[in-house]
Amino acid sequence: MQDRPTETLPPSEPSRLARAWDSDLAWSFRHTPVAMVSAAVVVILVLSAVFAPLIAPHDPFDPGSLNLMNGFTPPGRPNAFTQDMFLLGTDDQGRDVLSTILYGMRISLFVGFSAVLLALVIGVILGLLAGYLGGWVEALIMRVADIQLTFPAILVAMLIFGVAKGITPPAYRDQMAIWVLILAIGLSDWVQFARVVRGATLVEKRRDYVQAARLIGRKPFSIMLRHILPNVLNPVLVIATISLALAIIAEATLSFLGVGAPPTKPSLGTLIRIGQGFMFSGEWWILLFPALTLLALALSINLLGDWLRDALNPRLR
Amino acid sequence: MLAYIIRRVAQSVLVLLVTGFVAFSMFSFVGDPVENMLGQERTQADVDRLRDQLGLDRPFAVQYWKFLEQAVQGNFGLSYRQGRPVSEILAERLPATLELAAVSGLLALLGGIGFGIFTAIRRRGAAANVIMTVSLIGVSLPTFLIGILLIYVFSVELGWLPSFGRGDVVNLGGWSTGFLTQSGLKALVLPAITLGLYQMTLIMRLVRTEMLEVLRMDYIRFSRARGLRERAINFRHALKNTLVPVITITGLQLGSIIAFAIITETVFQWPGVGLLFINAIQFVDIPVMAAYLMMISVMFVAINLIVDLLYFAIDPRLRIDGKAGGH
Amino acid sequence: MKNMLLAATALTLSMTMAQAETLRWARSGDALTLDPHAQNEGPTLALMHQMMEPLVLRNPAGELEGALATDWSVSSDNPDVWNFTLREGVKFHDGADFTAEDVVFSLERALSENSDMKGLISSVASVEAVSDYEVRITTKGPNPLLPAALPNILIIDKDWAEANDTVHVQDVEGGDETYASRNVNGTGAYKLVSREADVKTEMTAFDGYWGKDTYPIGYSDIVYTPIQNPSTRMAALFSGEVDFIQDVPVQDLQRIEQDPGLKIVSSPQNRVIFFGLNTSDELVNGTPEGGNPMADKAVREAMNMAINRDAIKQVVMRGQSIPAGVIMPPFVNGWSEELNSMPATDVAAAKAKLSEAGWGDGFTVQLDCPNDRYVNDEAICQAVVGMMAQIGVTVNLNAQPKAQHFPLISGVESDFYMLGWGVPSYDSEYIFNFLYHTKGELYGTWNGTHYSNEKLDEMTKAIAAEVDLEKRDAMIDEMWAMAKADAVYLPIHHQVLNWAMKTSVGAAVDADDQVKLKYFSVE
Repeated sequence: MQDRPTETLPPSEPSRLARAWDSDLAWSFRHTPVAMVSAAVVVILVLSAVFAPLIAPHDPFDPGSLNLMNGFTPPGRPNAFTQDMFLLGTDDQGRDVLSTILYGMRISLFVGFSAVLLALVIGVILGLLAGYLGGWVEALIMRVADIQLTFPAILVAMLIFGVAKGITPPAYRDQMAIWVLILAIGLSDWVQFARVVRGATLVEKRRDYVQAARLIGRKPFSIMLRHILPNVLNPVLVIATISLALAIIAEATLSFLGVGAPPTKPSLGTLIRIGQGFMFSGEWWILLFPALTLLALALSINLLGDWLRDALNPRLR
Repeated sequence: MLAYIIRRVAQSVLVLLVTGFVAFSMFSFVGDPVENMLGQERTQADVDRLRDQLGLDRPFAVQYWKFLEQAVQGNFGLSYRQGRPVSEILAERLPATLELAAVSGLLALLGGIGFGIFTAIRRRGAAANVIMTVSLIGVSLPTFLIGILLIYVFSVELGWLPSFGRGDVVNLGGWSTGFLTQSGLKALVLPAITLGLYQMTLIMRLVRTEMLEVLRMDYIRFSRARGLRERAINFRHALKNTLVPVITITGLQLGSIIAFAIITETVFQWPGVGLLFINAIQFVDIPVMAAYLMMISVMFVAINLIVDLLYFAIDPRLRIDGKAGGH
Repeated sequence: MKNMLLAATALTLSMTMAQAETLRWARSGDALTLDPHAQNEGPTLALMHQMMEPLVLRNPAGELEGALATDWSVSSDNPDVWNFTLREGVKFHDGADFTAEDVVFSLERALSENSDMKGLISSVASVEAVSDYEVRITTKGPNPLLPAALPNILIIDKDWAEANDTVHVQDVEGGDETYASRNVNGTGAYKLVSREADVKTEMTAFDGYWGKDTYPIGYSDIVYTPIQNPSTRMAALFSGEVDFIQDVPVQDLQRIEQDPGLKIVSSPQNRVIFFGLNTSDELVNGTPEGGNPMADKAVREAMNMAINRDAIKQVVMRGQSIPAGVIMPPFVNGWSEELNSMPATDVAAAKAKLSEAGWGDGFTVQLDCPNDRYVNDEAICQAVVGMMAQIGVTVNLNAQPKAQHFPLISGVESDFYMLGWGVPSYDSEYIFNFLYHTKGELYGTWNGTHYSNEKLDEMTKAIAAEVDLEKRDAMIDEMWAMAKADAVYLPIHHQVLNWAMKTSVGAAVDADDQVKLKYFSVE
């Protein structure tokens, strides 16, 4: 928060919480209804995904508990054969749609968060190194970034998926899909972090305080970590938020190409892929509910990202 | 300057070789082409013979070298699936993808700039907020679903626009264009929207942020103080300064439009290279996959190179350290 | 006078109108080539059948019918020789006459090394022209089923092939494409107008067709378009952009029926869906302690009992399947109601059977499944995973595209797999040859189960050459009794074929999903 105008600082020493509440960011948050609603939606969705095993009426990942005859039960009406009722209906396998959405969202969020974390770690480290060290290190890193950009994300994911399938032992293929998605989406996303961090590092490097730290003999590593990193966090946070939404959507998109979570342990994307087959057949709930959930999740995260971008942009204040 | 260009071009070639190598080493995992190429009555002898003919038993490094050797001469081999020269198939399919990419790119650019300016000028207005939120729906649902929903509404329910294909095309010296017929233009609408929506949202946000920043700069405030008309300030001064980064980003995004076309083309049965690539994967048509990936790589590397060189030409500071800057 | 003229003009107009009917036809995939002997693949053959003809055709009723041959019989003095009498007065699209030399040329081309059709007629030793309209085919040993092997061997003009340097079937690595892969000179009811691979193929009725008055040929022009994505294909039908589609998703049948402008024509399909089990001592994907459970027949039977075929039919297939007790389509020679009997679904009994076999605590196995080949293949596998879980067998589902799935079967690298089988010859021999015979160079090429039964192997070879049909049928019955008792395959169902079209289309559906447009009329 280097650029924060000093006059907004409170006069006394209040608690950390109070300080955070009074900060510009929080002030902007409290005065932006869209941000507050979005944050509430994200929190509710994330919590219900995390606690899915406690909330969900069924365990859709336990194949033994499913009754195929429950298939295609409309929401809120009893099944013609079994008389079982489901709030949001069932899909083609007789799985409760509500439970499947909760469990599926868990996978989507897990993939999204992990992929962004991976991209962020790789991108920030490489960006810092490139920006601070310069020379051949920078040239090398930026060329690798070019190679990475050369392959569009979907292609990267498809190729990684293919290879991973070839080399993982069959027994682990079920879980493999999730990790491959994380790796593929994370790997195709790190470049923008690296570019932004490198750019910011180049600017910070020339600042007096960094020069001073250098003069008194601080090690480069510690300078990068303690002085430069905190100053590039704002743009990184913005990118991370938007990347999270993109990663969740990317996972859904990839499932359409057959490169996604397996149908026995579906993510939101896999559910939508399966559901779109029932668009003309009248079983609208199989598509509608997962799609609405995904929309609510991604839209809220995107709106938060929009708000963050404006709120954290020092030049817009 | 010349030394820099030479070095940069050499690096690009290296990048191409590496990507090609990586891609090629992955093909062995996508399946066995022989399975698709022979009918179910084939014997083991047929399988072995075909494998030998295709050189599939050789290590991939050898296969890659052979591919490069031929590719340099402009020969990408025969498609396993269609039995025709790959270069010919690509040439036949490329116009469809490029026309779609151009239209959706244009749509994204015009829509993005228009909405971007509007939302920047009316930053706190209700309309601007609605546009900002609605445009996000386009990036908050997977492309394939948007495409299918558009088909459902505009083809099935309303019957206004075709659900698949390119309509009638006119052949102009090897380039098939859909721009000259009514059905061709109609067929473009839904795929172009599907493909361009994502880029439009991106460009719109970029324009908006840049505009907001520029509008706060001193010289704008100054012109405002001098009494220049609001519209003149917005368009003559602010927009001009916004466009440079926007055009750069759009250029860089062109490649990803072509990559995302894979999905749009599959949904709309659009006969471009993306659909070709998907079919090639399903059939394990290695020559087509290899040629497609190489083509995409060349395109990206070229765009990157051009952008770098432009920066080099424009920004004098870079000339002093003799290094290419980021974009 | 004036009125009469007007009426006459109107009449001519309406006649030409009636003749100028275009059928817009779509299915999921395009033909790979137009070379009749390069690809033995469903959609490829389906397209080529409109433009080229075999000696003997399988009509929509599934019966053999003379196309370019009018008569055929085994020679009275040599059981290895078949004599074919050819149709006279037949013209190729370019106007050339059809004669015996074209048949000899085409069959030899189909038998050549690079041909993909040679497996169908591998029993043929030589083909000779006796006269302009008589051909003699000599087989390697007696082959009573030769005519049934011919419906997909299409005939092209010899002179045309020679003139265009397309005598040989393309060899993929051979450099250039062949002329025949994009051009056609056949005798079929339709001739090629234009073709853009994967985009559009246009055909028009052939004026000089010999069967012009024999067949309905209701459509004067055909536009064929592949539409890959099922939702898009359905959308194209609903919006009226196409008139006739194949590969209709089962869940959309109801809506088509409710649409007053559309209808469905269905028929049981020549394709049975089943699961194969690894019966060897070891599993590919990790053998549990105590060896491969599925090597024990009792375990295989228990698995068979756990499958609820009716639930799969009702829910996954929406009624569009016929539960199967044997891996043979109903109209194949050798089929019987009794053979098709299946155990009632009984989870308790299946569990008891497993405990008796020493696997009461269950075991884990991987199921390999295609996800882009058969009707709802992935959903069927998912359902089976649940059914196996109910008897304590943990199944890991590995669903993948066909390009990756089928190598597992032909490479014998799967423990539990889905396979679908059509029988083009309509005879049991085809099933025993490919699926039950011990896996080897020439036989058992699609037997991925490790199953090997010496007696069955011997008899498979014997029925191929047995000319006494009664004796042969008895042998087939005996073989099926043996094969069924060993339960190496778990039959699921026969697919039901559904074609959807505008109500005006008079389609003739056939069990092989092979459209033959000359049988189509305008209603």
